Amino acid sequence: MSNIIGRAPRLVALVFTLLALTFGGALAQTPVPPGPNALTGPNITNEQLLFQQLQGDVHGRVSIPDQRSATLIQPEGQEWREFRNGTLKTVSAASLIGIVAALLIFYATRGKIRIDAGPSRQRVQRFNGVERFAHWITAISFMVLALTGLNLVFGRTLLIPLLGPEAFTTLSGYGKLAHNYLSFPFVLGIALMLLIWVRHNIPDKTDIAWVKAAGGLFSKGRHPAAKKFNAGQKLIFWMVVAGGAVVAASGYVLLFPFYLTDVGGMQLAQLVHAALSVLLIVGIIGHIYIGSVGMEGAFDAMGSGQVDVNWAREHHSLWLEEEMRKGKVAQVKPVGFRAPAE
Amino acid sequence: MARMKFLCDAERCIECNACVTACKNEHEVPWGINRRRVVTINDGKPGERSISMACMHCTDAPCMAVCPVDCFYKTAEGVVLHSKDLCIGCGYCFYACPFGAPQYPQVGNFGSRGKMDKCTFCAGGPEDDMTPIEYEKYGANRLAEGKLPLCAEMCSTKALLAGDGDIIADIYRERVVRRGYGSGAWGWSTAYRDRAGA
Repeated sequence: MSNIIGRAPRLVALVFTLLALTFGGALAQTPVPPGPNALTGPNITNEQLLFQQLQGDVHGRVSIPDQRSATLIQPEGQEWREFRNGTLKTVSAASLIGIVAALLIFYATRGKIRIDAGPSRQRVQRFNGVERFAHWITAISFMVLALTGLNLVFGRTLLIPLLGPEAFTTLSGYGKLAHNYLSFPFVLGIALMLLIWVRHNIPDKTDIAWVKAAGGLFSKGRHPAAKKFNAGQKLIFWMVVAGGAVVAASGYVLLFPFYLTDVGGMQLAQLVHAALSVLLIVGIIGHIYIGSVGMEGAFDAMGSGQVDVNWAREHHSLWLEEEMRKGKVAQVKPVGFRAPAE
Repeated sequence: MARMKFLCDAERCIECNACVTACKNEHEVPWGINRRRVVTINDGKPGERSISMACMHCTDAPCMAVCPVDCFYKTAEGVVLHSKDLCIGCGYCFYACPFGAPQYPQVGNFGSRGKMDKCTFCAGGPEDDMTPIEYEKYGANRLAEGKLPLCAEMCSTKALLAGDGDIIADIYRERVVRRGYGSGAWGWSTAYRDRAGA
């Protein structure tokens, strides 16, 4: 994207040279013969030459307060258009279909990951109220942000034919409002999660073994040791916190248009915001899968906050040992009888 | 049918801003919105040129292509118009537009934008021609009255031309031949180059 300030001296010099050439040179030249109406219009060569040499904006002075209007022509809009209507649409459609297809194949072949030892009657507190609040405030706002964001990319193609233009505008108008306002709870959520969980998410050597075993995802009965968070969860954590921070920052650039940057910066902010958001959405679809239908006992961690001890032993062995050492497991009363998985 | 275009002859424009004023007055454009503006390049230096610029009503209009709610449409005369009933004020058309034509009234909190406003080539909007509601949203519909855009009509040096693209191109070409120079029809290769090659 352009940097008008950095380019200004070069631009001024070029415009000057070009105009001087046109002005001075034309006197000596034979005039262009008046031909029939050419498709491209009259004497376009200067403008094309100007763009080739400047590779950027044609910038001048205006007498109105809006200084953005001093840019006469900005060709970068065409590149942004290519990104928005081409690359972004294709890549996000392919990655969304890709992740859903991959999860369907995984579910069909591996099935639901059961608790190998079967559910015990004992439960252990895994996430307290604050932790679950941080998770769900992020999760709920993210869902709405993701859907309203995807609406701007795919809504015109997919929803206008279904809803008609008026209803789609109503939906997108409220979508825009929701997208703007829900950014605040989203940021609160990621800030909370960072504060609460960062100490559990520093990569260490248990992660190497976990990654080598692919987390036991593809092999039944194999459960690499893990602390409170395994390497996969750490990856999700950093993706959400770091990625979410950049998505939020670029989003606020868009929310306060032209406060911080020029049109080139706005285009770049939209590019970063959209591309990174698609990456987050794809990652979170995987996260939702494994935290719900993909694994027996996993949802309880963020549901009631209490997980089955056998589940904890299989998926977070080191963390469970730690909790037992602290004597927290014994205090937990058994909750109701659950039939074995089989 | 005519294909409507704007052409600004930079050798003639004297930066009087009458086109800007005429436009604001004719359409009662609110404060902060400029459907047309005059940009001066090389201000105060040899080779200074002023160019009056507004929506160029592009052949393959970028605003139309990127609009998430598909609120733009093109008239039979090639004028790019939009529906303020459908616009959600997202600002995408401004990012895509090569000429900085789309304008937004600031409404409410943050930088939240109201419905986009831009040059209509004095052709109103989707409402019935010459109705009060059309005037309120989009300004006058001079084309429906058989008149051309006011900015060009009242340009004192006839630098700004508006009308059938072939006719104004001929007028400009004749001028270039007669005086022996011309810095080009600003924006034409960006606005009217046929990207598809058809």
